[in-house]
Amino acid sequence: MTKKMNENPTAKNTAAADDETQDFVTFTIAGQLFGIPVLLVQDVLSSYQITRIPLAPPEITGSLNLRGRVVTAIDVRIRLGLEPRDEGAESMSIVAETEGELYSLMVDSVGEVLPLSTSNHDRNPPTLDAKLRAFSDGIYRLDDGLLVVLDVKRLLDYGHKSAA
Amino acid sequence: MDDLLSEFLTETNEGLAVLDVELVKLEQNPNDAELLSSIFRLMHTIKGTCGFLGLPRLESVAHAGENILGKFRSNELVVTPEGVSLILECLDQIRALLVALEQTESEPEGADTDLIKRLNAAADGGAAPAAEPDMAPVDAVDAMFAEAAEPVAEDEAAPVEIAAAEEADAPKPEAKKPEPKKAAAPAEAAAKGEESSVAHQSIRVNVELLENLMTMVSELVLTRNQLLQILRGQKDSEFAAPLQRLNHVVSELQEGVMKTRMQPIGNAWAKLPRIIRDLSIELDKKIDLVMKGAETELDRQVLELIKDPLTHMVRNSADHGLENPEERVAAGKPEVGKVTLQAFHEGGHIIIQIADDGRGLSASKIKKKVIENGLATEAELESMTEQQIQRFIFKAGFSTAAAVTSVSGRGVGMDVVRTNIEKIGGTIELNSVEGKGTSLTIKIPLTLAIVSALIVACGGERFAIPQISVLELVRASSNSENSIERINGTPVLRLRNRLLPLVSLRTLMHLNEADKPADIKKAAAAADTPDAEGEAGTEVKVAAPPKETFGKSADDQFIVVSQVGSYTFGLIVDRVFDTEEIVVKPVARILRDIQMFSGNTILGDGSVVMILDPNGIAAATGEVELAADADDVATERHATRGGEHVSMLVFRAVEAAPKAVPLALVARLEEIDLTKVETSDGQYVVQYRGQLMPLVQMEGAEKLKDTGRQPVLVFADRDRAMGLVVDEIVDIVEDRVKVELNSKRTGYVGSAVIGGRATDIVDVGHYLTRALHDWFGGESTESFESANGSRVLLIDDSPFFRNLLSPLLSVAGYDVTAVESAQSALQLCEAGQDFDVIISDIEMPGMNGFELAEAIKNSTRWSNVPMVALSSFATQKDFARGRAVGFLDYVAKSDRETLLNTLHDTLSDVRGAA
Repeated sequence: MTKKMNENPTAKNTAAADDETQDFVTFTIAGQLFGIPVLLVQDVLSSYQITRIPLAPPEITGSLNLRGRVVTAIDVRIRLGLEPRDEGAESMSIVAETEGELYSLMVDSVGEVLPLSTSNHDRNPPTLDAKLRAFSDGIYRLDDGLLVVLDVKRLLDYGHKSAA
Repeated sequence: MDDLLSEFLTETNEGLAVLDVELVKLEQNPNDAELLSSIFRLMHTIKGTCGFLGLPRLESVAHAGENILGKFRSNELVVTPEGVSLILECLDQIRALLVALEQTESEPEGADTDLIKRLNAAADGGAAPAAEPDMAPVDAVDAMFAEAAEPVAEDEAAPVEIAAAEEADAPKPEAKKPEPKKAAAPAEAAAKGEESSVAHQSIRVNVELLENLMTMVSELVLTRNQLLQILRGQKDSEFAAPLQRLNHVVSELQEGVMKTRMQPIGNAWAKLPRIIRDLSIELDKKIDLVMKGAETELDRQVLELIKDPLTHMVRNSADHGLENPEERVAAGKPEVGKVTLQAFHEGGHIIIQIADDGRGLSASKIKKKVIENGLATEAELESMTEQQIQRFIFKAGFSTAAAVTSVSGRGVGMDVVRTNIEKIGGTIELNSVEGKGTSLTIKIPLTLAIVSALIVACGGERFAIPQISVLELVRASSNSENSIERINGTPVLRLRNRLLPLVSLRTLMHLNEADKPADIKKAAAAADTPDAEGEAGTEVKVAAPPKETFGKSADDQFIVVSQVGSYTFGLIVDRVFDTEEIVVKPVARILRDIQMFSGNTILGDGSVVMILDPNGIAAATGEVELAADADDVATERHATRGGEHVSMLVFRAVEAAPKAVPLALVARLEEIDLTKVETSDGQYVVQYRGQLMPLVQMEGAEKLKDTGRQPVLVFADRDRAMGLVVDEIVDIVEDRVKVELNSKRTGYVGSAVIGGRATDIVDVGHYLTRALHDWFGGESTESFESANGSRVLLIDDSPFFRNLLSPLLSVAGYDVTAVESAQSALQLCEAGQDFDVIISDIEMPGMNGFELAEAIKNSTRWSNVPMVALSSFATQKDFARGRAVGFLDYVAKSDRETLLNTLHDTLSDVRGAA
């Protein structure tokens, strides 16, 4: 006759976040340092053969074959509403898995794996650019700058939540 | 052993194993609602399957166990170790019964009253009373030992001892252990030995493993292709022979692995007829299960996942959907309820429909229930449409059945169904009309279905087109007879005297003109450079003749002729490659809005290509044409009123002049051995398909010879058949036939020009009546009970069809009145005549069928008479319109079988109402 059972799972999630470190893969886009949780990352690619997808939004550059799985490639720069990369400029891609699908995120360059302490985590400043704020999951204060945590799920949410 | 039974044993044993583990987990986390639900569902499934297989003893044990779990789930009871033990005990009992069942293929005699009593007591809130040592499962264990474990049973007392000890085991762990263990072990071994005999006939493999295998095989294929490529560059390599073998083996391996995943949906349906049969007995209903499209193949994984939902839904249809025979009769429906199951492929999806003609969903009942269960407030419900309200049946914990029966109910059904279907990316649609029935449509993406696809290239990109929608390929070049012409810039192609609308894939996909087919790889590499030309530029360029590209191949264009429904169109592409078997992978979620693609795939060379969806393309480009097309057809139809387009079977008999009958009336063409012909009651008969079939000769024919073979046209109606003896079958001609009526000669409808020759049209009705009425005489009442004496009004302006259909219907037992126009029909109405069913043509001069239907529906006297539309050409649009004005069904004129079936169904309704 208890109705408690439903409350358990949500309580757990919020509680366990105090002062732990989480590993992030860092990368830069237009000089800004970003990071995504390392557990999401499947691979880092520098060059690959890509198939264009006609009629897709401009930031979707195409799809590629990664070990027998189809990966959809997205230029994060364009998704964030930044200027397109100069022609011939180098780029790298981080392959991340979300909700069972693989996406390749095209960025300017990929850095390293950084363990970051949650005590250095901050919320998004409300003054942040709206587009960036929508895709960011908070900011880490580093010694030599700030790291924006990119929320891959939201980055890839084109309003299809219901269909998912 | 019965397939069904062995599958049941495997499944249930698996279920029990899971239950064991989960119950122990539940004991540790009594508040885990999800776990509890999962346990409950497993138990429910076991109970359910026992019920269908007619295993009352197992079912009652499982039912009692489920009862407690149900109370746990609804929080009426608290999960206690005692409760769990009791359920575990219940599982043990099920297991023991299963062992016996496996050995004898039937349930052991006896009952489990004590166990059930205790389970029920626990369910009613009382603490589980201590097990009485020598009661409950004794007979089961007894049976088990008696059947299998002869050597094990050292003395009579032992099994009893075990049973008691085992029972006491859980609540009282200190019970003496060594002895029961010793005795129980061999028993278990015996049980295991038996289990394996069934379990080993097939292996259950994790689908993920198959998936991995598939991926690896794909990799292997790629590597092989690379090797073959290298080999081609070398002459006389010593690797040639082994590589060739490798090639074959890999191909076979690939095929094999792919096959492991595909199964016809019929496999999931195999159980259903039995289930329905048992249900109909248990519920005392008359149920007719119709299954269509059982051969539709779908992915094993998908199949597994929809199996239970399907069973649930069919059960629901039969249990909740269909009414009792009395209710049905009272509601004016045929006594026998119908559950229709249908599966087919459509536009990259598999569609499965489950429909019943039962009571439908009652919005008011659902509302009440929704409010009772606190799923929504009255105010919220007010603002919802009926459909939205009906969808509440998919919510967890919802069940409309007033009483919980042992068949279904408890609200596990529909929410599980929905969850399972959505898990595989499918959707479920509900369509229910109160009083008329409910239909559920499941749409499942082809997730991993394998299709054969044509690979084409356009604008430097390759695409796959499912072979199934490709009709043909046409090569178009400016100097051949197939050249693309333009009407105000719109490309069309003359193809066998028809104008084929064309769609340029390049324009459609906004592809860059500059990329030539040869540059595929480069274009792919440069994919991220923005398309500088812009979309408008591309379109203009395409409209201009493709002269600027040089070389012969550039001048050629390929047209992939595709068909979607009744709409045929051509897709202009640059190049056509091979067909390839492809594994369809769903496109990424963020691309699902693009309706031109049904998926993507990885080709043999490792590159990703998009799979074009002809439905999407047709929808994006063809809507205008589609509508125009329908109009064309309509005008065409008007223009050719004078002659109907029918297939005629031309034959010779009696005299030299060719004779013909509409092919649609002929069931089969046979050649009979004249020595087998016998005479009965002055009539020729022959044994045909286990029955005596009367043979009729054309008027004026000579007696049949004694030897030799003779062609016979077989006309069949349900289980009766009649053969018309002819001399020679000449041809089948599809033509517009204009019949000159000539009623003077018996046995002929008239004559017509077919294939350039004057041909006599034979009055099949005449011969049918002659053969079948003579033959069946007075006993006929039973065989066409539903039709007997039913009055049919047939309205058709074409004398040809009137003359063809009237005798046909008469022979089937109907009392036919045929009139030539809507006006005459309405006059009959005014004159006070009554009919049981009205069959009307649509295209008629003056008042057409639609208008007539409206007039009839508005009249008071005939407004309840069912109407069936008849047309020589039915488009989707006509169909919808027909429904809207009140036609119950739409039958093509040439489709005799459907017409009779439809009439039969419709009249069953009438009969039910009377």
